[in-house]
Amino acid sequence: MDFDLNKQNLREVNQHLQNVDRKKNTRKFKISNPQGQHAICAGLKDDIDVTIKGHTGYYCAGMNQKAAITIHGNVGTGVAENMMSGKIIVKGNASQSAGATGHGGTLIIEGDASSRCGISMKGIDIVVKGSVGHMSAFMAQKGNLVVMGDADADLGDSIYEAKIFVKGKVKSLGADCVEKKMNKKNIDELTKLFKKLNISEDPKKFKRYGSSRNLYNFKIDNVGAY
Amino acid sequence: MCGIVGIYLKTKKYEKYLGKFLSGMLDGMATRGPDSAGFAVYTKENKNNFKYSICLNGIKEINFKKKISKFIKKTKITIYADHVILETNEKPSKIIELLKKEIPEVSLVGYGKSINIFKQTGNPKDVVKKFKLSSFSGTHGIGHTRMATESAITTEGSHPYSTSEDECLVHNGSLSNHNNVRRSLIKDGQNFNSENDTEVAAGYISNQISKGEGLEKTLKNSLKDLDGFYTFIAGTKDGFALLRDEIACKPAVVAETKDYVAVASEFQAMAHLPNVNSAKIFEPKPGVVYHW
Repeated sequence: MDFDLNKQNLREVNQHLQNVDRKKNTRKFKISNPQGQHAICAGLKDDIDVTIKGHTGYYCAGMNQKAAITIHGNVGTGVAENMMSGKIIVKGNASQSAGATGHGGTLIIEGDASSRCGISMKGIDIVVKGSVGHMSAFMAQKGNLVVMGDADADLGDSIYEAKIFVKGKVKSLGADCVEKKMNKKNIDELTKLFKKLNISEDPKKFKRYGSSRNLYNFKIDNVGAY
Repeated sequence: MCGIVGIYLKTKKYEKYLGKFLSGMLDGMATRGPDSAGFAVYTKENKNNFKYSICLNGIKEINFKKKISKFIKKTKITIYADHVILETNEKPSKIIELLKKEIPEVSLVGYGKSINIFKQTGNPKDVVKKFKLSSFSGTHGIGHTRMATESAITTEGSHPYSTSEDECLVHNGSLSNHNNVRRSLIKDGQNFNSENDTEVAAGYISNQISKGEGLEKTLKNSLKDLDGFYTFIAGTKDGFALLRDEIACKPAVVAETKDYVAVASEFQAMAHLPNVNSAKIFEPKPGVVYHW
C-alpha cells in the first residue's frame, strides 16, 4: 500500500499505520514525498514493513515497536527515539540524538550520525556505518553502540552499563568512560550481532569502551556524607 | 525556538527565483517562529549608489519623501509595505546622522551596496507576502522566523540585524552574556537600538570586522567571547558564513547541489528547492565555520 505525503495528511497516514488490521495481509507500506515532516511513522506497534522514500524531519519512527522501517534518505533529530523493538534502517545520515533512550530493537545508520547518538540508550543496538558526533552514548545505560567510522569528542560521557565498539578513531572519551579489553565474550557478541544484521565486519578490528564505574557507583567510603 | 534559513546561488540559473526560494524557506520555518520574520536579499553590487532599507514606523511614504527631499536631491525611493528602499549616492555616515536628527520616527534596518533588508512582526507566511519576497531576484539571501525569548515581539526585536554596511546576522538560540558584551561594545563606540541578544552578536561581528579581522576569524573568536546557545548565519556582500556553538543544541542542516547551497534549521524548510532530494545533505559540525 502506498502513501504520498504530497497528497495525504501525515496524521491520517500515521493513524493508518498505527492501527493496521491484524487480519489483513497487507503489511508492506511505502511513503513517498516525506518533505522533512516530523514524527513520520511515530508510534507504530505492529509487525509491519514500511519504506520511506526521501528525507524525514524530527522523531521519525519514534517509540517504534515491532515494525521494520527503512528510510531512503536522511533523518532529522531523534530518529527511533525511545524505540522498544523492531528495526530501523537509515540509508543516509542522521541528525542529533539518534536512537535516544531506546529500550530495544535495532537502529542501523548507513551514513553518519551527528552529536549525542544513543544518548541515554537503555537496551537498543545502534550500528553506525559512518562516524558519530560529539557526546555519543552520553549517560548510556544498556545496549550496544557500534561505530565503523570515528567518534567525535567526549564519547560515552557519564556512561552506565552500555557497551561502545568503535573501529575508527575516538577523538576523546567523556567522564568515566574508558577503553576496555576486547575479550572473547565481546567478540562473540559482536560476531553474533553482525551475523544477525548481515554485516561483513571483523569484530577483532573494534575497540571496546565502557564505564570505569567511578562516577555512578555508590562508594562505601562516602557513607558518612549521607 | 526560532528558525533560520539561507540560500547562496553558485550559478546564475536560479537568480530570478531567489526570492521565491527564500520565501518558501521562511514559510517552512513558520512553525519554529510564528512571532515575526525578516530577511535580507543580496542583489548585484551597485557601484555608485547606496541602498538604505528603512522601516517607516507608521509615517506616510509621501511625508517621508517630502522630508528627505529637503536634504538630499537625487534619490530613488521604492516602497515595500511599511519599508522603503532609499537609493542615493550619499554616504552612510551622512544618511545615518540625517535620519537620526531629522526623521527620528523611522528606523534604519540596514544599508549597503547590495543588501535589501526587511523585517516585521507577524506570521512569517504573512510577512513574506507583505514584502512580496517572491518577486525578488538576487545572488544570496538569509532569513529568520522568530519565537521571542530574550526581548519583546517588536520590529526592533526581529532579525536579521544589520549593524554595518552589507552585513547582517540571523540567530537561532540565546546568548547569556549579551548585557556584558553590549556594555563593552558600547564603550568601544558601537551603537545598539534594542535590548536584543542577537543585536549584540551582530554588533560584536561588525566591531571585530571594523578592526580588520576577517569574518571567519571573527566567528571563531565569538566561540570564546559569546556565551550561550546559537546557530548563526552571517551574511556579507559576497556570501554567508554559518557557525554553531560547540555544544550544538541548536539545529542546522545544509543541502548542496551544483547550483546552490541552502542552510536551514530543519530540512522541511528546503523540501521545495529544485533537485534537493539528490543534494549532498549534511549537518554542519559544531564550532566549525562554514563559508560560501
